[in-house]
Amino acid sequence: MTDFVHPGLLFILGAIPIPFLKGSVRKAYVLLIPTLAILAVLTMHPGGYGAARFIGQEIIMAKVDKLSILFATVFSIMALIGTVYAWHLTHAGQHVAAFVYVGSALGVVFAGDYLTLFLFWEGMTFASAYLVFAQRSDQALRAGFRYLMVHITGSVALLGGIILHGFATGSLLFGPIEGGLGFATCLILAGFLLNAAVPPLNAWLTDAYPEATVTGAVFMSAFTTKTAVYVLARAFPGTDLLVWLGTVMALYGVIYAVLENDCRRLLAYHIVSQVGYMVVGIGIGTEMAVNGAVSHAFAHILYKALLFMGAGAVIHVTGRRKLTELGGLYRTMPVTLALYMVGAFAISAFPFFSGFVTKSMVVAAAGQDHRALVVLALTMASSGTFLHTGLKLPYYMFFGTDQGLEAREPPRNMLVAMGMAAVLCIAIGVFPQTLYALLPYPVDFEPYTGVHVTESLGVLMFTALGFVMFLRALDPENTISIDTDWFYRMGARRFMWLAERPLARYEKAVSDVSETAALPFLHGMARAGLRIDLHGVDAFVNGVARSILRGGLALRRLQSGVVTHYALAMIAGVIAAIAVFAVAWR
Amino acid sequence: MIKRVVDFFGDERHARRRHRLFYLVLVLIVIADFLIFREHAEYLWERLPGWSALYGFGSCVLLIFVSKFFGHQCGLMRREDYYD
Repeated sequence: MTDFVHPGLLFILGAIPIPFLKGSVRKAYVLLIPTLAILAVLTMHPGGYGAARFIGQEIIMAKVDKLSILFATVFSIMALIGTVYAWHLTHAGQHVAAFVYVGSALGVVFAGDYLTLFLFWEGMTFASAYLVFAQRSDQALRAGFRYLMVHITGSVALLGGIILHGFATGSLLFGPIEGGLGFATCLILAGFLLNAAVPPLNAWLTDAYPEATVTGAVFMSAFTTKTAVYVLARAFPGTDLLVWLGTVMALYGVIYAVLENDCRRLLAYHIVSQVGYMVVGIGIGTEMAVNGAVSHAFAHILYKALLFMGAGAVIHVTGRRKLTELGGLYRTMPVTLALYMVGAFAISAFPFFSGFVTKSMVVAAAGQDHRALVVLALTMASSGTFLHTGLKLPYYMFFGTDQGLEAREPPRNMLVAMGMAAVLCIAIGVFPQTLYALLPYPVDFEPYTGVHVTESLGVLMFTALGFVMFLRALDPENTISIDTDWFYRMGARRFMWLAERPLARYEKAVSDVSETAALPFLHGMARAGLRIDLHGVDAFVNGVARSILRGGLALRRLQSGVVTHYALAMIAGVIAAIAVFAVAWR
Repeated sequence: MIKRVVDFFGDERHARRRHRLFYLVLVLIVIADFLIFREHAEYLWERLPGWSALYGFGSCVLLIFVSKFFGHQCGLMRREDYYD
């Protein structure tokens, strides 16, 4: 019995047979792989596995410790939930892409060195881009390409940073980066921050996720940003810059969510906001803060997937995604609504739901670290979170104006997947000790104190009061919001304009000049050359040839073949030579 | 069961009861916040009963109007065909 099976490779290699399997065999198979992965994670022991040497560097395929096991646990559970949600899909492509995506994310989580990390990092990018392309609409293809371009740019920065860091330290082993922020570490940090969707590098997320397939977006919501949180927690704990970036991020997502009309884009902005809490926790860097950050990542994956599954179910059934076009679905989709609300209570950190026991740990850690402003900002972001995911979105999607949509509950497998996530959201909220036991540091935090419960309820329920009072101000509008993707979307357009207008015009003017002036001149020159060639050069050459021929013919007559003639000629020659010699000598 | 709970929040005929329940919960939370025992309070506001309610309400209103201000006055919100 081997003591370590790499769950990432289990997914990646396990994806290969999927296209060749049919019907119920495939359906059983796609559930088998995540189940095996969960078992592999539950039975693994800390240590290093798959060490080798490559281009003179030490490579560790899998470095297992509490932090990597925590992320691997939630990743493999999430893979099972996501697969159940996508169980009805008949095309193999999305299953394969999702498996490679999950496998790569697990590969990053276990990577003991930067090269292994980078390899899987790229795997994630390409596999997840397929989940956007698979939607096949023109809009999705464009968003998918933008997603790829942004991530490839980030990867180039990361690779550059890794190489410089490797040269500077002589080691490519992945671990806490010491010695302040140099150029190499800044590049690595930028690569990580891009995947964590830290503003201003956030727009790829809110641009692409809502364009992905209904099932693909569920996977995407879970893995890319959370692997980024993992690598940040591993390499940059205690980096003060992250505290401020995270605080801005938490509010940034909430502000944009007010403006958003697309239901999944609204949820995507809340990923930005929630990842902000995790980034703050890592930035503070105390044991409690890092515990809070990673436990919040654990809880977040489950409730955010649940929210994406709920919104996805509505899109799957109605084909509509804009809040202005939805409403009144509570009669036809009560179970979806109830399960969605579990996710909404969890993200809003209601007592007995998962967010309550994890998010508060980050806020409490900020408090202990004497960061009053951060505490206030994060509490405000909590209020915004409930305002949108818990009130605005469900209100306009399920209640609000009845649009008379023909709807029904989604396929059973979707409801089962949502149910699984919902049970976990509540279980973590009710039995936090189980999650706390998995955390990298010992936990000295009790979420269920009287003050904490009344404070949380106060913030949340009075947010609800604000919502009820200013409901009309929140009515969704038929608009899109400009985010930092404006720079590359409009930048690319300006570039194309430059290429199509001034540059193309210049190119046309140059070719016009050559056609109207240069070309006729060249034609004339060529014709003149031809004429000179034919009439001048050729005539001269022919004349010379003809004279030589004529001369030759005349000379031929001298060759009579009579010896006396030749002797006579020789004597005449000798006499002439003597005469010349005698005259010349004088 | 789920359907009945959902209908309670959706149907117009339960509107009065819904509102009463909502305001009752608000009052109870504030009362509880006054009664609760505060062990240690690091910041000034933590000693203030009812602070969280005030802050929650204030945050909510601030977020709504600041965001809409950004959206409408600073040009963040654009027509859907803006990029087309």
